[in-house]
Amino acid sequence: MKLWQRTLAAATLVGAASAFAPQAAVAQQIKIDGSSTVFPIMEAVAEEFQISKRGKVRVTVGIAGTGGGFKKFCRGETDISNASRPILAEEIAACKAAGVTYIELPVAFDALTVVINPRNTWAKTLTVAELKKVWEPAAQGRITRWNQVRAGFPNQPIQLFGPGADSGTFDYFTEAINGKSKATRGDYTASEDDNTLVQGVENNVNALGYFGYAYYVNHKDKMTAVAVNNGKASVLPSTENVINGTYNPLSRPLFIYVRVSSAARPEVAELIKFILTKGAPLVNEVGYVALPPSAYAMAQKHFDARRTGSVFGGKPEVGITIEQLLSREAK
Amino acid sequence: MATPALPSNDLQTVRRDVASRKVRDQLFVVVGLLALFACLFSLLVLFSKLVMDGSDRFTWEFVSSFPSRRAAQAGILAAWVGSSLVMLVTACTAVPVGVMAAIYLEEYAPKNWFTGVIEINVTNLAGVPSIVYGLLALGLFVYKFDLGQSIVTAGLTLALLILPVVIVATRESLRSVPRAIREAAYGLGATRWEVTKDHVLPYSTGGILTGMILGLSRAIGETAPLITIGALAFIAFLPTPPLTDVAPYVSFTWLTDPFTVMPIQMFNWVSRPDPAFQSNAAAAGAILLGMTLLMNAVAIYIRYRFRKSINW
Repeated sequence: MKLWQRTLAAATLVGAASAFAPQAAVAQQIKIDGSSTVFPIMEAVAEEFQISKRGKVRVTVGIAGTGGGFKKFCRGETDISNASRPILAEEIAACKAAGVTYIELPVAFDALTVVINPRNTWAKTLTVAELKKVWEPAAQGRITRWNQVRAGFPNQPIQLFGPGADSGTFDYFTEAINGKSKATRGDYTASEDDNTLVQGVENNVNALGYFGYAYYVNHKDKMTAVAVNNGKASVLPSTENVINGTYNPLSRPLFIYVRVSSAARPEVAELIKFILTKGAPLVNEVGYVALPPSAYAMAQKHFDARRTGSVFGGKPEVGITIEQLLSREAK
Repeated sequence: MATPALPSNDLQTVRRDVASRKVRDQLFVVVGLLALFACLFSLLVLFSKLVMDGSDRFTWEFVSSFPSRRAAQAGILAAWVGSSLVMLVTACTAVPVGVMAAIYLEEYAPKNWFTGVIEINVTNLAGVPSIVYGLLALGLFVYKFDLGQSIVTAGLTLALLILPVVIVATRESLRSVPRAIREAAYGLGATRWEVTKDHVLPYSTGGILTGMILGLSRAIGETAPLITIGALAFIAFLPTPPLTDVAPYVSFTWLTDPFTVMPIQMFNWVSRPDPAFQSNAAAAGAILLGMTLLMNAVAIYIRYRFRKSINW
């Protein structure tokens, strides 16, 4: 027998054998895509939800980025879009043009963390103005030594590390510190891979960098978080300080957007309920700050009432506290 | 003496010359070996680093588990099944199309400016950045042909990507068939297709398979075009099995299923905050290298079988 004949015979046998295997029912599928920052939360949720449904519901999560996620979402390709910032005006317009309506649900908070090397003894607190002095576009080539940031700091070079221009973290930090999204100096070590930034700060006594709270939490022993002073007090990033609203302006809410037509499907409604009732410990486990139970309850109410649209009106916004978010959502 | 003997100093000059050329010959062998070892050494260092970093993750659970938020429970089942199926689609489309295109260009097409332009373009296509193919596929396969973010879209995208490599390698291989073989066959009254099918193709199978290996090895490591067309990072189920219990027992629904692949799973793990995921990424990298080697080994075995069956 020739090789291909043997292969065919084997395939036929396998086919015949599988005829007796129980056939799996066609499972329902929920498609989620969007921000890679929100990804760990939704991955954890999807994992637990599928276990609880014993495989009857299939959940997929992509990492197209907040902007890329909204593009797909507004074409009606996904059921839920993850976002590390509120939906923007042009995305609202795109969704409207395609007839896609959505419900905005906050799921967690992130604290952008400014970090220094553990051997750096001088810059344990920095003001928002000082951070701006270092990171604003005008600082390029001019602010290169620590003593230029504050008189009394040592005369040593500053080594800057920050995320690349495609990241939502970058958008938010530049908006919050420099006053304009994507406005930044260009002469720093930029990487889309936050672990590269982590290594840079670990190995450089003169380093100053920023990234999401989860990266700091996982490398706490190798770096120091900077307490950020916004004019009221110097505040370290922590769960409590995010919840009580004092870590400002570098706390940011993370959202999911649910398509209304998908929300009518029972499995999608069940997943949302799962996130809002059982999601909090998962959020904390993956390194983000969970909202207080009242916030999740309110989100559930909005979902049940199918309240569509965004409370942010399409404008980028910084420094919103959980309390402000809730009062806005309550309107 | 009847014939004048070569003056002894001349003989010495010749000997010195021969000796010095022999030294240079040896020197080249050393340089060549060094170059070879440099390549092998860097591959070896890379591979052993991956194996060492991922050493605690080489378990059956790792290969048979879906991704998870906990590094120790996360596995690559969806990823390696996805990679294998995508490669299957890629090989089944790129190889026949590429080989046929190459045969046409080499054996049938008239040599004029038009085929010249095609030739130059095919060669240039090999250098186009892979993300461009991703964008093309997003517009063409995903939206125009409405194939969605599926295994078939991914397979076709990567097939486009490696098509130039397959075509160029196949043409080189066809060109290496001695002219005498073709002319002998024509002389016996064979048609052009008979010459190609019975003589040229079997003889050049080795080279064609080499092109296929090069192409598929590149395709299996691609991330950018697949992220563009919408490959997923978390997927905890397998595509529909290709064999079913209802007639006709073969199902092609897996072609339209969502998927992830090994490089995307690695990319996702490398960028995670929890350092424990780094060893997952390393282990997945080592397994991906293993998959590539296995794929190449199969192709080399097929090549060996074909070579054996040729006896001119």
